[in-house]
Amino acid sequence: MVGLFKEQIMTSATLQQQLPADWRDFLALTKPGVMRLVIFTGLCGLLAAPGSINPVLGFTAVLCIAMGAGGSAVLNMWWEADIDAKMKRTANRPLPTGRIARRDARDFGIALSVAAVLIMGVAVNWLAAGILAIATVYYAVIYTMWLKPRTPQNIVIGGGAGAFPPMIGWVAVTNDITAMPILLFAIIFMWTPPHFWALALFVKSDYAKAGIPMLPVVAGEKVTRQQILLYSVILLPLTIAPWAIGGTSWLYGISAAVLSTVFLGFAVKVAFRERGDDDTMKPEKQLFAYSIVYLFVLFGVLVADRVLAAQGMIG
Amino acid sequence: MNQVDPEHEAELNRRRKSRNIAMGLVLAGFVVLFYAITIVRIGAQ
Repeated sequence: MVGLFKEQIMTSATLQQQLPADWRDFLALTKPGVMRLVIFTGLCGLLAAPGSINPVLGFTAVLCIAMGAGGSAVLNMWWEADIDAKMKRTANRPLPTGRIARRDARDFGIALSVAAVLIMGVAVNWLAAGILAIATVYYAVIYTMWLKPRTPQNIVIGGGAGAFPPMIGWVAVTNDITAMPILLFAIIFMWTPPHFWALALFVKSDYAKAGIPMLPVVAGEKVTRQQILLYSVILLPLTIAPWAIGGTSWLYGISAAVLSTVFLGFAVKVAFRERGDDDTMKPEKQLFAYSIVYLFVLFGVLVADRVLAAQGMIG
Repeated sequence: MNQVDPEHEAELNRRRKSRNIAMGLVLAGFVVLFYAITIVRIGAQ
């Protein structure tokens, strides 16, 4: 009788598994927070590129960049569900909690990624679609499945995936790869390590628990702080390079110099200190917060520069 | 045969309905987008 009763009354865990996933869970798999930065940099690449694109096709290009980034994020979460379950920051995601079946997440990620590339190719151009396909495979396969669990340089390599959107946006307009989209790629590539290592310094214990070979865990804080400084030093001339090669006006050049010097200032503060007892890690948190604002403002100024130049208001 | 908990059934239906609405809106959005892309592409030729 008790056995029959147990069979008839489903436990809440069983109910959770048997219920179909909510659409919000699928949306959460696409990492909307990361997608915001991807959409912004992709849109900036599109707006800063010389020439023009029909607004419908421009919207489609940005939508495809967002779908591609979303698809990659879903495949990343599908592959890392076990790791996510071990980290406080990620344990409540839809896959570790069982709100979505792993197979459903995998199929959703593949469908989103493939659709993004095909729509980009048919509606915009196949060069942009090709770079989008490379970016997706780079992030979902080369970074997530292969290098992230194997090397402490995972953040440097992963930064490549995040660096593609402005290049794709640019190529969507020009259908050509020149020095400028390569520089935009390089800027985000060099920006990513100090941005994420600053975060890794104050969430170090979480990554260690999950067994991810983050630089502060494997090589120690001192090396991480030195590497943050190294990338920040390289970032300064790199952000001024678009002006130096004549791709932008003084407005972008001076803004980039000021913004990157401030960035370097925050990095220096992080580089030449050691963690004390009951350390609040304020300089690391400041660098992380500033790095987000920095990228938004830098790319915003780039677009403003190109729009003003197109209207003949600046040289 | 197992009895189905009425609360469970109600939640199941609510989720199915919200997923169907979300899927419908996405598909409708793509229909409009593909129509607009076609018009732009034809206009450009």
